[in-house]
Amino acid sequence: MSENTLRVELVAADRLVWSGDASMVIARTTEGDVGILPDHAPMLSLLVEGIVDVTTVEGETWIAAVDAGFISIAENRVSILAERAEMSHEIDLEKARADLERAKSAGELLNDPEEAVRRAEARIRAVEKAN
Amino acid sequence: MALSVREYRARIKSTESMKKITRAMELIAASRIIKAQQRAQAAAPYARELTRAVSAVATYSNVDHALTTEPENPKKAAVLIVTSDRGLAGAYSSSVLKEAERLLEKLRGEGKTVDVYISGRKGEAYFKFRQRPVVQSWTGFSDQPTYDVAHDIGETLIQAFLNDDETPAAEGVAPGADEVHVVYTRFRSMLVQEPIAVRLLPLEVVEGEEAPEDDELLPLYEFEPSPADVLDSLLPRYVQSRIFFAHLQAAASELAARQKAMKAATDNADELIKKYTRIANQARQAGITQEISEIVGGVNALADANAGQD
Repeated sequence: MSENTLRVELVAADRLVWSGDASMVIARTTEGDVGILPDHAPMLSLLVEGIVDVTTVEGETWIAAVDAGFISIAENRVSILAERAEMSHEIDLEKARADLERAKSAGELLNDPEEAVRRAEARIRAVEKAN
Repeated sequence: MALSVREYRARIKSTESMKKITRAMELIAASRIIKAQQRAQAAAPYARELTRAVSAVATYSNVDHALTTEPENPKKAAVLIVTSDRGLAGAYSSSVLKEAERLLEKLRGEGKTVDVYISGRKGEAYFKFRQRPVVQSWTGFSDQPTYDVAHDIGETLIQAFLNDDETPAAEGVAPGADEVHVVYTRFRSMLVQEPIAVRLLPLEVVEGEEAPEDDELLPLYEFEPSPADVLDSLLPRYVQSRIFFAHLQAAASELAARQKAMKAATDNADELIKKYTRIANQARQAGITQEISEIVGGVNALADANAGQD
C-alpha cells in the first residue's frame, strides 16, 4: 500500500496547510492541468493561481485554492508550495466574492489587477467545487 | 536631612505602579515569544521545500541566473537592517545597529557605496536623527511580520540588484546594487540572541538553514516548462523566504530581548521598593523617637517647674 500512495504536503509561506496520503492530485501548471498518480516521474513544475484537487486514500476529496507557486514530485512525495494557500472549507465565500468585485472594479489601482482577479476567482471556484 | 515619610511613601507608590507596567510587559512579551516561535516553526516547511527545490535545479541544470551571478567588480551594495518598531527591549535595536555600522564600515572600506534599507521604526529614527540617507523603510510590523511584507521587501531588493544602472535611478525606482546584505538578530535561545550580517544576493544556495541529509540523493527531476523558467520563478521566492525568515527570527529576538529587559526592570523596581520601605520606616521611627523625646522633655520641664513652685 505504501508503495502506491502519494505523500502530499500543501505548504504556504507561513504555514503547512494540509498534509496526508493521497491517491491522486490534480493541479494547474503553466503548461496546463496535470494529474498525478502514484509512481509519477520526478517533476518540478510551476503552478498558476488556481485550485488543487487532492483525492485521499480513503476516497475523500480536498480542494484548495493556491496562489502561483510550484509543485515538486519525487518518489511519491508531492510538495505543493505557494505563497498563499487555503483549503476550501477555510475560505469565506462572501469575502472572496467581495474581493473579486473589488479586484475587478479597482482596475489600475492594484499593482497587478489580473492577478488579484485570478486569485479571487480561484478561491470562489474552490468553494463551489467543494460543495 | 532625610526626606519626610510622606515623600518616601509617594516614591514607593510610583515605583510600585511602574513595576506593574514592566511586569505586564514582561508577561506579554513572554506569551508572544511562544507565538513568534510557532510562526517561525510554521514557516519552516516552506523554506525547507524551497531550499530542496532550488538545490535540485541548481544541481541538475547548468542554467545561469541573474540572481546567482557574481558581478565582476562590485561597487555598490545595499544593506537591509532589521530593527524593532518599539523600544523597551534592552540593547536589542542598538546591538543590531552596531552590527550594521560594522558592516557598512567594512563595505565602505572595500570601496563600495552603500544604500541603506530599513525595516522597523527604531532603525528609521536612528538614521533620521543622524541625517543619513535611507533609500526605503518599512515599519509597523516588527513583532509579527507577515509574508506580504517580506514579499514587498524582497521585491524591492531584487529590483535593486537587477538594476545595474550606474546613474542614480529615477524617483520611485530602487537604485542599483551589486550585492545585497541583510543585518538581523538571530534567535538562538530565550537567553541568547545575536545580531548577524549575511549576504543575500548574489545567492549562494548551498547555505541552507537545514542542509538535506547527505545520503539523500536528489531525484532526477523533469522541469516544466524548462529549468530556466523554473529557476526564474523559484529564486525570487527563495530570496523572499529568506527575508521572511530573517524577520521571524528578528521578531522572536525582539520579544525575548524585551522580556529580559522588562524582567530586569521589574527586579530593579522590587529592590527600590524594598530600599525605600526601609528608609521610610527609619524616617518614621526617627519621627516617633523625636516626638517621644520631645514629650518626655516637655514633661520633665513641667515637673521641674512644678517642683520649683513647691
